[in-house]
Amino acid sequence: MIAPVPADTTSAGARNVIAALLERHTGQQIGAGRAWRIDSALKPLLRAHGLDTLDQLAAGLLRDGDAALKAEVVDALLNQESSFFRDFGVIEQIGIAASQMQAAHPSRRLRLWSAGCSTGQEPLSIAMLLDEMHRDAPAPDICATDVSASAIQRARSGRFSQFEVQRGLAIQRMIRWFEPAGDDWVARPELLARVQFRRHNLVVDPALPGRFDIILCRNVLFYFSPPVRRQVFATLAGALRPGGVIVLGASETVIGQTDLLEPSTAYRGFYQARADTPLRASAHG
Amino acid sequence: MCRVTKTCLVVDDSKVIRKVARHILEGLAFTVREAADGREALDACLAEVPDVVLLDWNMPVMSGMDFLRALRDSDLPTRPKVVFCTTENGMAYIRAAIEAGADEYVMKPFDRETLESKLQLVGMH
Ligand SMILES: C[S@@+](CC[C@H](N)C(=O)[O-])C[C@H]1O[C@@H](n2cnc3c(N)ncnc32)[C@H](O)[C@@H]1O
Ligand SMILES: [Mg+2]
Repeated sequence: MIAPVPADTTSAGARNVIAALLERHTGQQIGAGRAWRIDSALKPLLRAHGLDTLDQLAAGLLRDGDAALKAEVVDALLNQESSFFRDFGVIEQIGIAASQMQAAHPSRRLRLWSAGCSTGQEPLSIAMLLDEMHRDAPAPDICATDVSASAIQRARSGRFSQFEVQRGLAIQRMIRWFEPAGDDWVARPELLARVQFRRHNLVVDPALPGRFDIILCRNVLFYFSPPVRRQVFATLAGALRPGGVIVLGASETVIGQTDLLEPSTAYRGFYQARADTPLRASAHG
Repeated sequence: MCRVTKTCLVVDDSKVIRKVARHILEGLAFTVREAADGREALDACLAEVPDVVLLDWNMPVMSGMDFLRALRDSDLPTRPKVVFCTTENGMAYIRAAIEAGADEYVMKPFDRETLESKLQLVGMH
């Protein structure tokens, strides 16, 4: 006799409710092929709330407008994987681009935006690198945003586990910029002070005020639908200074996704606003 | 792509750690050799200089630190990269290791990603 297949306790309906919540709040889609992620990602949350099944959670989400619970569910579903100096060659290239931009405008303060910064490794890497490269230049303005309030809160704390702090970070940098705190390592105040962290949703919020020389939006757009991606590209393109560039993740491209951006002529692998694109009116530029 | 495999000498008095490290390193296409203390490690380096040494600190016979000093004093034909890999995770230990000529430093426990990223940082992967 064949043992009965263990019942799948989650109905497709519950997964749909939860996937729709994620998409409504962040633009991130969880296709049917990755629906299993919902179950594994939400297991700790179910336990914490004393719920047995995703159906109960979905019913709760539908019943009342508990914003805190919704935010918690969304946070748990977001992929927040990151590491220091991720795609090292790309980070180095950003350093080179920043140097050339700084050399072209020696007294100007460079502005960078890390959009979808997760727990802060990306903007902190840039801050360390630019400090090491440009001791004499004005300190760059580095804004870092993420849709996840908990990720931003963690980023602001500058606190990383031993595993996180070792991944990608050279030991000399670690001891220069971090100090031990129990089992963790915490970014020194002078490093944290170089990055402004704030919550920001790329899909619904307007671009940050002002214009940027370099915008990083790496490993964020992958699970957006094509129309949402196009819209986010428009937001980012409009936030570029003339001559500014956008940096995407190693496996991402603008080709075939938007008419507003094209491969940068100055910096290989980066993207620039197309010459015939009207830049956003510079009301607050 | 044709690539000559790099050799890594894993130096640790714990057989379990050596086994875990070997498994990860072979997965990264390294040729692995093992030594159980600093003395054995020095002999292994004199016999054949590895590309990189993954080095424990606390070991009987000869510690990782004594090995590193002896290694950097020796006149081997090539200079192997040295990645300390130890439970010692205090600032003073890390500084002393760098001072003595370590190129990188892994605080145990480590996983595949940590080791891989540290090997990348010393240009070995
Ligand atoms: C995989 S992480 C990438 C982190 C970092 N950029 C990197 O490459 O290492 C993706 C991040 O994008 C954020 N994100 C997802 N949708 C977003 C949205 N609509 N607006 C802003 N951030 C979003 C997630 O919260 C997550 O922290
Ligand atoms: Mg030991």
